[in-house]
Amino acid sequence: MSLHHATAAEIGRGLAAREYSSVEVTRHFLERIERANPALNAFVTVTAERALADAQRADARIARGKGGLLTGVPLAHKDIFCTTGILTSCGSRMLANFVAPYDATVVERLDAAGMVLLGKTNMDEFAMGSSNETSHYGPVRNPWDPARVPGGSSGGSAAAVAARLAPVATGTDTGGSIRQPGALTGLTGFKPTYGRVSRYGMIAFASSLDQAGVLAQSAEDAALVLGAMAGHDARDSTSVDAPVPDYAAGLDRPVKGLKIGIIREFFGDGLEAETGAAVRAAIEAFRREGATVEELSLPNLPLSVPTYYVVAPAECSSNLSRFDGVRFGHRCRDPKDLMDLYRRSRGEGFGVEVKRRIMTGTYVLSAGYYDAYYLKAQKVRSLINADFRRAFARVDVLMGPTAPTPAFAIGAKTDDPILMYLNDIYTIGANLAGLPAVSVPCGLSGGLPVGLQIIGPHFAEERLLAAAHAWQRLTDWHRRMPQGWA
Amino acid sequence: MTLTRRDVENIAHLARLEITEAELPVYVGSLSAILAFVEQLAAAPTTDVVPMAHPLEGQRQPLREDRVTESDRHGIYQANAPAVEAGLYLVPKVIE
Repeated sequence: MSLHHATAAEIGRGLAAREYSSVEVTRHFLERIERANPALNAFVTVTAERALADAQRADARIARGKGGLLTGVPLAHKDIFCTTGILTSCGSRMLANFVAPYDATVVERLDAAGMVLLGKTNMDEFAMGSSNETSHYGPVRNPWDPARVPGGSSGGSAAAVAARLAPVATGTDTGGSIRQPGALTGLTGFKPTYGRVSRYGMIAFASSLDQAGVLAQSAEDAALVLGAMAGHDARDSTSVDAPVPDYAAGLDRPVKGLKIGIIREFFGDGLEAETGAAVRAAIEAFRREGATVEELSLPNLPLSVPTYYVVAPAECSSNLSRFDGVRFGHRCRDPKDLMDLYRRSRGEGFGVEVKRRIMTGTYVLSAGYYDAYYLKAQKVRSLINADFRRAFARVDVLMGPTAPTPAFAIGAKTDDPILMYLNDIYTIGANLAGLPAVSVPCGLSGGLPVGLQIIGPHFAEERLLAAAHAWQRLTDWHRRMPQGWA
Repeated sequence: MTLTRRDVENIAHLARLEITEAELPVYVGSLSAILAFVEQLAAAPTTDVVPMAHPLEGQRQPLREDRVTESDRHGIYQANAPAVEAGLYLVPKVIE
């Protein structure tokens, strides 16, 4: 078996058994990136020297008998996480010259676990997009069909892992940005509970929704990496001070007796037929394994997208006001006064979609409109949250599709923002309520991957990972690789 | 909700964004469409509903002891600044 066909967990075991060294593994992946990245555009920065130095350190640590399960295993970080001394662009011209002066907590913790940094992955600008087409560095291509999008905003991380240019990658999920690209590229995409992973050093988009997570080949990999990155951090005031369970140890929990709720609202108009059929077949397989299945209605859930497109832009307009052309980031040439400096630096530094969201947010927060839009959306957010709470009083997990269709063509939705926004119709609810959720591959539609989404109550990460793992023991969808990247 | 050119120019000014002549019609159209789309929230019954600002209930703002924990790293931070002199960020003249 070639090294890149191995999961992160398998590579970790191979390293511990001294079947190969981390330097060998790292070289293998760096060569793959060099070969395939020009066609995929998954990486903004490849950190080859840093990777080999990390790998040597990991090999020494393993030789001393001090290695952990992830020591020496390569990974890629979404370019939203600050990495000391390395370009941290967030997919934007605004930060195309920004070399981070410190590490994000996620970066620090995975580094401490001994993981090897291969590079930084492409993404929608400031994580605003569902197709990875808004990046200053150009669109990322889906390894399953390079004419199609990989999803977004963590599209570079998804394409990198799907083509096995990295065994695993980090991502962030504000409205579906891990789960949707996970579904569109045949990966396990895990978004933890809000507050489970520190947001320190993760460039902010919508602070009441943003959460870091993992794009992986399997639930086991997601469990290992999540376990290493999660936990309390005093530098993020929304970080939850609760112990991190041993996620990998809980993977073998049986499906028997699991109470599954099917979200009725997720199977209406707009769901592509083959996608719906694959998801229903997967849920049926859980039932055969001894789970109970009932259909539930979450009547306010269809309001998720409009609620999100008030709340997220409002928070974005506030967060992105820090980019002023003064302390870091893009500055326009020859500003004639301070107002000119602000307006042109921001006008030139941000792309079309980011400006659209800043202006939407500015409008809904402006005098005279605040109550009608922002406050109203926060109230509807309460209704959606209450729907989930009622559902979780009856069932252990909720299931449905991750995305309404498989990967769409590059350019297909760029002229119609609302059509693009509706791609996240099934994922946004979990962000509004702060719930953990995972997408796992469950079939193909027209030769393209389809994702099953499993949503749990707050801090039910173990339950979701165990359900995803059980599914992956029953099936081999997560082992399927796109053609042409062998 | 249909926005006019003037509305969009005003929003862009509040947001401190320079919008070009060519970009304006795109934003007039798409921002109007987005506002029309979110208009459906108005129909949701929300009397007595408490607005939700944060997904986790019962979390309190953590406080720490009031003492200096950061060291002076201004040189490192200012390496990313477009213009600095003597440790200060430079901007166009504000006071005549």
